[in-house]
Amino acid sequence: MTIDRRSFLAAASAGATVLAAPSVLRAQGAAIRIGEINSYTAQPAFLKPYRQAWELAIEQANAAGGVLGRKLETVFRDDGGKPEDAVRHAGDLVNAEKVDIVAGGFLSNVGLAIADFAAQNKRLYLASEPLSDALVWAKGNPYTFRLRCSTYMQAAMLVEEAAKLPAKKWAIVAPNYEYGQSAVKWFKELLKRAKPDVEFVAEQFPALGRIDAGATVQALEASKPDAIFNVTFAGDLTNFVRQGNTRGLFEGRTVVSMLTGEPEYLDPLGAETPVGWIVTGYPHAEITTPEHVKFVEAYKAKYNDYPRLGSVVGYDTVQSIRAAIAKAGAVENDKLIAAFKGLSFPGLFGPITYRASDHQSTMGAYVGKTAVKGGKGVMIDWRYADGANYLPSDAEAKAMRPAG
Amino acid sequence: MSAAEPILVVRDLAKSFGGLRAVDGVSFSVLPGQMLALIGPNGAGKTTCFNMLNGQLRPDGGTVLLAGQPITGLKPRTVWRMGVGRTFQITATFTSMTVRENVQMALISHAGEIWRPFGRARDCHREAADALLAQVGMAEQAERACGVLAYGDLKRVELAVALANDPKLLLMDEPTAGMAPRERIELMALTAGIATARGIAVLFTEHDMDVVFTHSDSVIVLDRGRLIAHGTAEEVRRDPNVRAVYLGSGTTSGGH
Amino acid sequence: MIDLILTQTLNGLASASSLFLVASGLSIIFGVTRIVNFAHGSLYMLGAYLAWTLVTHFGPADALGFWGGVLLAAALTGLVGVVIEVLILRRIYQAPELFQLLATFGVVLMIQDIALGVWGAEDKLGPRAPGFKSFVVIFGNRFPTYELFLIAIGPIVLLILWLLFQKTRWGTLVRAATQDREMVGALGVNQRLLFTSVFAFGSMLAGLGGALQLPREAVTLHMDLAMISEAFVVVVVGGLGSVTGAYLAAILIGILHAFGILIFPKITLVLVFLVMAVVLVVKPYGLMGKAPVGHARSHGPAAPLMLPADGATKIAGLIALLILALAPLVTPDHILLTLTELVIFALFAASLHFMMGPGGMVSFGHAAYFGLGAYGAALAVKWLGAPMEPALLMAPFLAGIAGVVFGWFCVRLSGVYLAMLTLAFAQIAWATAFQSVDLTGGDNGILGVWPSAWAASKAAYYYLSLTICAGAVLLLRLTIFSPFGYGLRAGRDNALRAEAIGLDVVRLQWVAFVVAAFCAGMAGALFAFFKGSVFPTYMAIPRSVDALLMVLLGGVQTVAGPIVGAFAYAGLHEQLMKATMYWRFVLGLSIVVLVVLFPRGLVGTALMLRERRRRREKPAAALAEASR
Repeated sequence: MTIDRRSFLAAASAGATVLAAPSVLRAQGAAIRIGEINSYTAQPAFLKPYRQAWELAIEQANAAGGVLGRKLETVFRDDGGKPEDAVRHAGDLVNAEKVDIVAGGFLSNVGLAIADFAAQNKRLYLASEPLSDALVWAKGNPYTFRLRCSTYMQAAMLVEEAAKLPAKKWAIVAPNYEYGQSAVKWFKELLKRAKPDVEFVAEQFPALGRIDAGATVQALEASKPDAIFNVTFAGDLTNFVRQGNTRGLFEGRTVVSMLTGEPEYLDPLGAETPVGWIVTGYPHAEITTPEHVKFVEAYKAKYNDYPRLGSVVGYDTVQSIRAAIAKAGAVENDKLIAAFKGLSFPGLFGPITYRASDHQSTMGAYVGKTAVKGGKGVMIDWRYADGANYLPSDAEAKAMRPAG
Repeated sequence: MSAAEPILVVRDLAKSFGGLRAVDGVSFSVLPGQMLALIGPNGAGKTTCFNMLNGQLRPDGGTVLLAGQPITGLKPRTVWRMGVGRTFQITATFTSMTVRENVQMALISHAGEIWRPFGRARDCHREAADALLAQVGMAEQAERACGVLAYGDLKRVELAVALANDPKLLLMDEPTAGMAPRERIELMALTAGIATARGIAVLFTEHDMDVVFTHSDSVIVLDRGRLIAHGTAEEVRRDPNVRAVYLGSGTTSGGH
Repeated sequence: MIDLILTQTLNGLASASSLFLVASGLSIIFGVTRIVNFAHGSLYMLGAYLAWTLVTHFGPADALGFWGGVLLAAALTGLVGVVIEVLILRRIYQAPELFQLLATFGVVLMIQDIALGVWGAEDKLGPRAPGFKSFVVIFGNRFPTYELFLIAIGPIVLLILWLLFQKTRWGTLVRAATQDREMVGALGVNQRLLFTSVFAFGSMLAGLGGALQLPREAVTLHMDLAMISEAFVVVVVGGLGSVTGAYLAAILIGILHAFGILIFPKITLVLVFLVMAVVLVVKPYGLMGKAPVGHARSHGPAAPLMLPADGATKIAGLIALLILALAPLVTPDHILLTLTELVIFALFAASLHFMMGPGGMVSFGHAAYFGLGAYGAALAVKWLGAPMEPALLMAPFLAGIAGVVFGWFCVRLSGVYLAMLTLAFAQIAWATAFQSVDLTGGDNGILGVWPSAWAASKAAYYYLSLTICAGAVLLLRLTIFSPFGYGLRAGRDNALRAEAIGLDVVRLQWVAFVVAAFCAGMAGALFAFFKGSVFPTYMAIPRSVDALLMVLLGGVQTVAGPIVGAFAYAGLHEQLMKATMYWRFVLGLSIVVLVVLFPRGLVGTALMLRERRRRREKPAAALAEASR
């Protein structure tokens, strides 16, 4: 932990936002520049591992001779969680730093703001993490692509499992903002479609980051549900779980929970990880695909820490940029956009394709159950849910994109 | 207006705080050009009385007439507009402004120009302000900040401000408090001169009996909220009630 | 049903306890030192992190290890408070009112990065408390014993505080200072020691509040800001300086929260601010607060004279404007983007300064009007299909109308109460924008708010912004020196005197409030078209704080202050954000250093120095100039 923190500090306090492998020095003019905007100070738990893996991927790419014979380098920018600052960085990256690609984003509204900037300036934007469905559908635009599997996709994966349960009466708890609202909307809609006789007996929408866990648990308990759908994460989730455990909310009830299997959110729960929740997540220690094994080894070697889900997203974002440039054979904006349409590359979880219809990648997620092993929370009985199977058809997706 | 008609008529004015009757059925009147002193020991109800006259406090009962018009319970700013100038026991000036600007504010307000969002306030009514300041002997300090003035000078500024709306009535709460004896005489002589010249009725409270006996045309005495004597300075001085409750108490001069 | 009501009441009481601990410390500090301590939430967070480290180190299973760790964490937090007070705050007690707020905000930023550096990004889940790990069954529901413990802690601490204040000399001094600060100076008490000890004590209470959360909540890097606004609400609803009031307010808010969750879950977003708005409208000094004794502006130095610019300053201003006007000819596009933003922020800051400086009304929620202007523009584009020009024209009116309504309530209060009511309204506006997903798109915002074709180029939009902002700032400036501006200042300097010369102070302030809101709305509308999108963050607390920082940094009692402050603060913020990942620490440190070096703000200090030099060099000449 200490070493890892120190290296992060060193990387950050090198001050230079330009982070380049030493070998890049000789070919400064020729380097391909990626502008990366993210909420580093606002969401460090996810984004520190993200950035570490990003830097690892760049290092590997450059060690392998770069792309098109040119090195890759990144200009990182912190938006502090504010979309308006992200837009400023985007303008600055494009105009001052002359980056070839803009990428990044964690919060949905930040992603949407950069996407809108991209549309206005006709520049490619590769959204790595923002989950909002609007990014590729309602507010999708020809210049924006997204890697991470969206709110809709993860909800669909969980509904598949939820529909198998005997539970009829569902209670819901979700953070009160777009992600929480969308997840709830899709979960209800898709579950109703799969099992028309379910009913939703309680809905709790605590403000993000300030859940009043005791009172919320009590309110859910009062509705006597058969099962619970949870969308809270991070500190809210931890507080919810602790109060729920003590007050027996989860006893005799199945909980279906978004993102809870991600190490970012599972690890802090430690020995108090609730058992048997059906979750989406990332069982990092157990995935044995060759790409993933190699990645974990390299990551551990460099940072003396295991990767989180953020690491996978950061790594795959760079991988897809590499693949796109190689496919385009150039870094011109238009050619890159054309290359991203239908681009396939080997992701850490398996092959991934950016759909030409809605610019959404088919990156999937792992669906499984939570358990406690050796005082730590883990995912068991997991399977990989390929994103391709949880997306609407190309025609349906196109219909949801007014801007084409 | 005939000279005999009083400017201020107060009838049965009353105010209680909790159970305490601070002012209890007080009646008196002030004539144009008259200097009426309101005296009494500490806590007699002088300031309460003043605050009801200019509208800062709403009386529980009684009426106040200004030149025949009822002003009971009106807001201070309305009372001011009807022609009542006031100075405060603890001087109240605008400390971030110069002496002249303080007077200009009152002149601007009097001219009804306060809502004007353009034009420089510093240039408004400059001559009139300087004339008022000259009257009170503050012309030389016109450019100084009110925040740094000596106490006695502040009292003069307040007087100039109070005169800015051509008042019919001046209410002066302890106008000479904090001044050197010679300054007191000067200021009150000045006030008396202006009052006579313009026909302004002046009601003032005062601790300094020298000032009272020298400058008042008439004196009223309050004790525990009640009016116990009314007459010329000489009459009041001889009044046994007053001697008992007031002069006998030893606070014959300057105590405050 | 009845069992649910009772259990939910207990839940409310449990939440109230930690809120009370933090708020009571804040209240005591404010009462004695008059410091609005933004860093109080950070001390709460530090208390929690320290407790986590200590308890984990001592062994959480052991009762002594756990409780010892908690108490030690509180004590250490108190020590941190001493460091902050001695190193920073002590140097600036003589600065104008609220200026210390700037310094404490710098501390907030620094502690955020320190916590990230020391404890890392991941949330920490503390152990459960020995002896309070389980639950009891009450009213047919399981109820955690630790929550029962917390419910008891509130009254216990209240009792201890009461005894401390009533029975010790220190407590008597604290009470005396809270009622009338001048008096303590007159009593010949060692004021420095009193202030330091009070700050330490308040910090310790915050640290204890944080440490006691350990068995209950994850320790996160967001704890500070989540707590600080609620703690302020509790202090203000209770009545500034009243510890009992803070307890009542904490309970009121805790319980309303618990029931709000049952009845209308989404209201938790804004409930505390709704409560505060209602309480302040009904009771302007909070539940247990009293109107301040004596003169409202009796502490801090008197405001300096506000003089119109002399020749040299005018020329300097003209040159600055000229440079800005010529900038597009020589600077590259990305600098123009920065300049556009700075120009817009200058108007935003100037609008706040208008009500804060001459008006004497501090706003903690000025972003509401900036945001409403932005939303006005965006809604006009989205729902009415309006092009940029009419949208820009209409938008400030939305802000202005909100100013008319909110201002009517606000101008009836004064000081921190007024500031907190503006915050309450801003949060209500923010929550409305956040929650009205159908109208405003919720937190995903409104996209596609781009300028008309002629203004689309960076230079054109820059000129548009510069024209509007410079024009508006100049108009504000003219107004400050007009009879209206003077009348406003008169009301601020001395409301009693102002009323006694026929001024309707409340109405003057109301109009100033509306003007400020309108101008902020203008800035917001420009910002919307500049960014191309509008989000609820435009009217969130951080943006209000930004405006406040700009004005304070420049100097409240100067006319050029807000503009210099806006350029200094926003420019620094932007450059640091680009230069280092630890920009918060560096920015915080810069603010603290600036505050200590320039205790009247940048412009205020410059003016003071110039004045001093002029007086020393040629007193005769100065006098001559003065009497001109």
